[in-house]
Amino acid sequence: MKIPILQLKNLLLTSIQVELTDRDAIDFQYDVVHKVAETGAEGLVIDITAMDVVDSFIARALNETARMARLVGAEVVICGMQPTVALTLVEMGRELIDVESALNLDHGFEKAQRLISAKKRMPG
Amino acid sequence: MIKHEQARHDNQPACLIRQFVVVRVTEEIHIAQAQRQAKALARAAGFRQVAVYQVATSVSELANNLFFHTTEGGRITITAIRQEGMIGLEVIAEDRGPGIPDVKLAMQDGFSANGGLGGGLPGVKRLMDEFEINSEVGLGTRIMVRRWQACR
Ligand SMILES: Nc1ncnc2c1ncn2[C@@H]1O[C@H](COP(=O)(O)OP(=O)(O)OP(=O)(O)O)[C@@H](O)[C@H]1O
Ligand SMILES: [Mg+2]
Repeated sequence: MKIPILQLKNLLLTSIQVELTDRDAIDFQYDVVHKVAETGAEGLVIDITAMDVVDSFIARALNETARMARLVGAEVVICGMQPTVALTLVEMGRELIDVESALNLDHGFEKAQRLISAKKRMPG
Repeated sequence: MIKHEQARHDNQPACLIRQFVVVRVTEEIHIAQAQRQAKALARAAGFRQVAVYQVATSVSELANNLFFHTTEGGRITITAIRQEGMIGLEVIAEDRGPGIPDVKLAMQDGFSANGGLGGGLPGVKRLMDEFEINSEVGLGTRIMVRRWQACR
């Protein structure tokens, strides 16, 4: 199932509402990279409010997507992680998700903007 | 393919299997199905919300392994169990796949044979109360895990 990616000013917004298959994850990464390149977006916000189970497969898919988006120049924030998901990930014992995160969409947008301006201030 | 069975053994003691679900995992969509069944059974057993999702995450990890680390897939059986004021869920994942040559290594954080995060099995061990793994190269793997909660 295709995951829609929306543009809002300098950001891309996407919300994962479906159970990701391996294929979906690969398609999603491809779409994200292309959309960033195509729009010149400076940030990507991924909303995972709808996900109640985040296993290591999903965690890896999110990490890889974030890494690829960063490679093409976008800052990445994940938002809307359910408390039960956070508790489960902590219990599983490793930093499974290696991406900046925010409580909700609102904070996600703010955080993405902050990361973008911080990057611009960085020399080089 | 999902098979429901309701066992009725009214004359048997209280630590008995009451209900179980079997999910065959041969295709990727079965992973999500196994996860849904786990949630349903955990909810029916009266598990707290966090526990429901932790059991579901564990089932998801085991189902993922059946799909990604064997060619024929395998089977997941989820059973509600009772014992001395406790209610539990038992999950058995079994396959006739390649087996795990070094179980100790496979149980280590960060070990993955195929570029995964390698957090699956050690994660499941931490999420559940009991964890048992039997694996023989060339024969297959059987993993049994349980999570307990006091009856309410
Ligand atoms: N059912 C199985 N049959 C054969 N080998 C398995 C099975 N389950 C796990 N393994 C082996 O154990 C290793 C560790 O499994 P684990 O679930 O911890 O990590 P992973 O599946 O490689 O990565 P992740 O779960 O983080 O995506 C696997 O890489 C694989 O080699
Ligand atoms: Mg795994």
